[in-house]
Amino acid sequence: MLAHVRIDLTVNGERREGVLRGGESLLTFLRDTLELPGSKNACEQGECGSCSVLLDGTLVCSCLVLAAQAEGHDVVTVEGLARDGALHPVQQAFVDAGAVQCGFCTPGLVVAVVDLLERMPHPSDDQIREALSGNLCRCTGYAKIFDAVRLAAGRA
Amino acid sequence: MSATTERPRLAVGRIGERLPREDAVPKVTGEFSYASDLSTPGMLWGDTLRSPHAHARVVSIDVTAALGLPGIHGALTHEDVPGKKLYGLEFADQPVLAIDRVRYVGEPVALVVAEHPEQARRALEAIVVEYEPLEPVVDMERALEQEPLHPDRPTMGHGYRDDRRPNVVRHLVIRHGDPDIAGDVVVTGTYELGIQDQAFLGPESGLAIPDGEGGVDIHVATQWLHVDRDQVAPCLDLRPEQVRLHLSGVGGSFGGREDLSMQIHSALLALHTGRPVKMVYDRAESFTGHVHRHPARIRCEHRATRDGRLTSVRMQILLDGGAYASSSTAVASNAASFGLGPYRVDNALIETTAVYTNNPPCGAMRGFGAVQTCFAAEAQMDQLAAELGLDPVELRLLNALEPGDSLPTGQVIEGSLPTREVIRRAAALPVPDQETLPRDPLRLPGGTGNTTTGEGIRRGVGFALGFKNICYSEGFDDFCAARVVLHADGSAVVHSAAAEVGQGVVGVMLQVARTELGTDEVTLAPHTTATVGSAGSTSASRMTWMAAGAVRDACRAALEERERRGGGEVDVERVHRHPRTTPLDPETGQITGERAHVALAVAAMRVVVEVDVELGLTRVVWVGTAQDVGKAVNPLALEGQIEGGTAQGLGLALMEEIVTRNGAIQNASFTDYLIPTALDMPPVEIELVEVPEPDAPYGVKGVGEPPTVVSTAAIVSAMRAATGRPLTRAPVRPDDICL
Repeated sequence: MLAHVRIDLTVNGERREGVLRGGESLLTFLRDTLELPGSKNACEQGECGSCSVLLDGTLVCSCLVLAAQAEGHDVVTVEGLARDGALHPVQQAFVDAGAVQCGFCTPGLVVAVVDLLERMPHPSDDQIREALSGNLCRCTGYAKIFDAVRLAAGRA
Repeated sequence: MSATTERPRLAVGRIGERLPREDAVPKVTGEFSYASDLSTPGMLWGDTLRSPHAHARVVSIDVTAALGLPGIHGALTHEDVPGKKLYGLEFADQPVLAIDRVRYVGEPVALVVAEHPEQARRALEAIVVEYEPLEPVVDMERALEQEPLHPDRPTMGHGYRDDRRPNVVRHLVIRHGDPDIAGDVVVTGTYELGIQDQAFLGPESGLAIPDGEGGVDIHVATQWLHVDRDQVAPCLDLRPEQVRLHLSGVGGSFGGREDLSMQIHSALLALHTGRPVKMVYDRAESFTGHVHRHPARIRCEHRATRDGRLTSVRMQILLDGGAYASSSTAVASNAASFGLGPYRVDNALIETTAVYTNNPPCGAMRGFGAVQTCFAAEAQMDQLAAELGLDPVELRLLNALEPGDSLPTGQVIEGSLPTREVIRRAAALPVPDQETLPRDPLRLPGGTGNTTTGEGIRRGVGFALGFKNICYSEGFDDFCAARVVLHADGSAVVHSAAAEVGQGVVGVMLQVARTELGTDEVTLAPHTTATVGSAGSTSASRMTWMAAGAVRDACRAALEERERRGGGEVDVERVHRHPRTTPLDPETGQITGERAHVALAVAAMRVVVEVDVELGLTRVVWVGTAQDVGKAVNPLALEGQIEGGTAQGLGLALMEEIVTRNGAIQNASFTDYLIPTALDMPPVEIELVEVPEPDAPYGVKGVGEPPTVVSTAAIVSAMRAATGRPLTRAPVRPDDICL
């Protein structure tokens, strides 16, 4: 039978708790239990980056983290970036640069770019490409995503 | 205000402006709801048992043990399909659930529904299916001699040529002029392409909700809501109005959502349980759960005069359609119609055959038919240029197809087709200088995986030209409805079933409505079959043209209606049709009316690559392209289509292939099926060539497919220049370029 375990953690600044029904990933827990579907389920094996979140400030694929491992830790998802109704500067840059098409990769990329610009406020083009090489996008060919990173970095 | 009064100038939102997307904000915040994000109280989870065999007789299916497991609310087989047991886009040849035979690995055999997805997965393991394996038909040439996989399907009809060879989906022969006419030089080649996958990121998903009166609402990611409904309803034995399709957020499609996936399955489970049922494919199931790009084998013979004019071309095109027909007939038509490329050729014989096999079903993918033949035809043009000692760009200019010339089907080109302009603009783009060595490994072929300092690098510059049709062809009654509600306060709501799959048709419709109505106060209603007629498919680079036409017509009619009534609220629906086409003659492949294809779009691409010939690695350094776009509705969105379409062609050139063994996919994951990353994509320099299409609203053309058609050919052309190898197969493999 399915085991039931309760965990609690901080998500987007709020204390959250929930029941695990098995060995589910942090991604599944965020999406199905905490009803935060912004992190996406494109491959669920750490290849596409669509589920990227910040775990104690480190960029991770939430599909590769067991929900149970996040017990007591701090998680920031794409839903936690906008403040008081205003888009995060990286989100605004994605909108303005035309970096969004179908948008399924967008939450993961936005989180990855937030992480990049925190570590490296003015990355070179090659640094941008390398930093985002773990996030697959099938629609854009990446050019407008690079534009968005440069735009966000330039506005900072 | 009437349609003829001068409209106020708008700060934002008109046709031709460079605009961010309306739906980008919810997409960057994570609020945008994709099919896999849907949920509703009391929802159950469905799952699908799939065939492990490429070809087998189904002896028996026993679901008893599954029904006894905890949390299980049902297990269904073909016996539980109340209506028609078969469905399909062009031929109803695909079972909703396998009946007495399975024809590909991954074919749906049974369904289960449970409280929790994990319970559903366990229940699948408890279903006992007895199979009697049969020899699979896996070679597209041998398929024409082996046992027919669909013995009951008629060999002719639908305007198709009679062909009694086994496993022929469609055989199309285009004979034009005298194909036997001699030339001074002859070049021949045989070209092959592997199976490409759309690899959209949003997995197939749907939520079916019973309405309590026998009908069902299906929320799903698809490309054509109404044609889904028209396939689903007969299988459920329901009237079309009892089945309502609603578009959820769509995480990319690229042709892979033209066919049904879980639409019927989720509805069956919902009606069986009386509860909402959600189904979500994981990535491995997605690879088997949708059709792919047809692999092809193409034999060519090009003849030309000494000064470089094409005198005759022969092409024999074989396409592996896999287990079910899907869009194979249209893919065959496009391969044949556009096989020669945008060149004036007075004499041609083009024979196209799409076959059934036990390989994964193939159907629509961006640029279908034209992608495969462009790769072959452009390799031939490069070979011919080399044979004649001519510049490849000059050879293309010399033979360029222009308005007034004929396609090999006899169709005279009457619309816009600025082939020479496109060639000249792409060829004039300056290529970057070669970068010096040593350099950052990130900028070597293979990136940081390159263990050398670049001694083996050879640079090559390539060029290619490609074209394809815009809108549906061959007499298909192609139309698009839009409904406009004008409120008394001047604001408006546009209803359309046009599927937004990421390409940006929502923006196009808003731009058109704002332009026509002279107001910014326009919103779009949800896309659904419930409130508006069919929009047709988001396919064939048709949606911008068709939706723009329908919304324009409805807006103008609404303004007239309000003028007539002297004000108040008006609500009108209009249907837009493009110029009528007629079928090709089944025996000669020639047109039977003025045209078989509505309009054409052409693109040229210049590419610089570096190939490390010691390691078999390639870096695409730079891409420059010029594309015939009619009228750029929103340059920002248009550039995104060209950049993204180029990336998919780069994938097919260098890395993307579904590998099968005895019909079974060996690489159904993003670990093993590689798509281009941020490190693989070069800068793409874009020239937009705007020559309005006379028959289209505002002169627009579709723009999504031409970059994908031309980029594989252009990249491999550059790799040939770098290596001197013929490179007749895409994707090119490391062994092919190690010298």
